[in-house]
Amino acid sequence: MTEVTMTVNGKSVSRPVRGNELLVEFLREQLRLTGTHVGCDTSQCGACCVHVNGELVKACTMFAAEADGAEVATIEGMANADGSLNVIQQAFQDHHGLQCGFCTPGMVMAAAALLKDNPTPTEAEIRHYLQGNICRCTGYHNIIKAIMAASGQDAGKIAAE
Amino acid sequence: MYSFDIERPKSVADAVAALGADEAQPIAGGQTLIPTLKQRLASPSKLVALSGIEEMKYVRRDGDTLVIGGGTTHGTIARETAEHFPGLAGLAARIGDPAVRNRGTIGGSIANNDPSACYPSAALACGATIVTDKREIAADDYFQGMFMTALEEGEIVTEIRFPIPEKSAYMKFEQIASRFPLVGVFVAKFADKVGVGVTGASNDGVFRWSEAEQALGSNFAADAVSGLTAPDASDMISDLHGTGAYRAHLVGVMTKRAVAAAS
Ligand SMILES: Cc1cc2nc3c(=O)[nH]c(=O)nc-3n(C[C@H](O)[C@H](O)[C@H](O)COP(=O)(O)OP(=O)(O)OC[C@H]3O[C@@H](n4cnc5c(N)ncnc54)[C@H](O)[C@@H]3O)c2cc1C
Ligand code: FES
Ligand code: FES
Repeated sequence: MTEVTMTVNGKSVSRPVRGNELLVEFLREQLRLTGTHVGCDTSQCGACCVHVNGELVKACTMFAAEADGAEVATIEGMANADGSLNVIQQAFQDHHGLQCGFCTPGMVMAAAALLKDNPTPTEAEIRHYLQGNICRCTGYHNIIKAIMAASGQDAGKIAAE
Repeated sequence: MYSFDIERPKSVADAVAALGADEAQPIAGGQTLIPTLKQRLASPSKLVALSGIEEMKYVRRDGDTLVIGGGTTHGTIARETAEHFPGLAGLAARIGDPAVRNRGTIGGSIANNDPSACYPSAALACGATIVTDKREIAADDYFQGMFMTALEEGEIVTEIRFPIPEKSAYMKFEQIASRFPLVGVFVAKFADKVGVGVTGASNDGVFRWSEAEQALGSNFAADAVSGLTAPDASDMISDLHGTGAYRAHLVGVMTKRAVAAAS
């Protein structure tokens, strides 16, 4: 066991971790932040996406020990200070960008990472960016619409089928 | 996963020392190694994480050479080589997905030498030099078949030096589920020669297609590839995603597309 210290959603936490403890296990099992989901555990689905030092990362494919000293952001830290949904989350609700919701935390974290670098992405850019995030419910169209809307663009403009 | 310790050195020297331990193994981005550990296909006693070593993360131009630190991520390479070496930037930008590119490194990819990895094709086509903590190895000597390289136990890839071509492009025909290349071809045109590196296709791992290099050396046009005989189908990988003959055919098609796209 080694002791790690990191900032998670703005709060500093220190805990002992096993060498083979994944970041997602640390978040879910030690910190009980269960919003970060494990869909595949094989780096394919993106349900476990979080931000580490501002960059999108699959938390199932990084060790907790490697996040020592890092700033980690998870879905639990995404809401506005008053507890209301932030603009991306609200857009997912407004545009029906989720059904079962399993992929949604990863989708929202991916969308936030995209919009930070590219505040008004095209439909093609959004689709390309989400290549590592799999949704088995929505068929993606409404997710794309939500991200278009969250970036202040006309969600109605996305290509039909 | 089996249990192991993880150590995070801050310098190459400390990493090399840590790797002296029995059954110690480096981990860079972990995008290949962590899935391998989960399947219990590796059982290191200790992982030596290279991600904290700042001196292995850089992209810089040195005359006609692009010099990249072994710990540089695909995402950084996609951004920082766009101006000087767009062919390589395009290759890096299409590896995996954004989250994979934020962790995975060029050193890890070159060290692993997966038969479908993208960078090895660029390294061979450009005649890159692989620099380790001990020595410099020419790409032609470095890649030695699927998952096989000239690296010795505990040796770390610290830098890759790419001669910058006048024009280049990478064309990747994606295997639709994994998005690794089913066949990927990197074409690099220099003043005095053309390099063609092929990944994903051969049972012997990444290779140079020398017939195409010669033909393109005298006429750098997609048509120059048309008359060539495709590599022997019996040497190509045959699996549920495509037969050897299919891959052999794709080598020609991807080479032509890369020539047409080269910039
Ligand atoms: C969903 C997904 C899609 C992908 N798609 C592609 C793709 O299209 N094309 C492609 O090329 N790759 C692809 N990859 C693989 C990705 O590029 C990996 O990042 C890369 O192959 C390995 O780099 P790494 O830094 O993650 O290495 P690690 O996984 O950390 O290590 C890989 C191996 O190399 C060794 N090693 C690592 N660094 C060094 C070093 N500096 N010196 C010596 N040994 C070292 C390790 O001990 C290990 O054996 C994909 C991966 C995923 C998860
Ligand atoms: S759980 Fe991490 S990518 Fe699927
Ligand atoms: S909403 Fe069910 S997986 Fe995306």
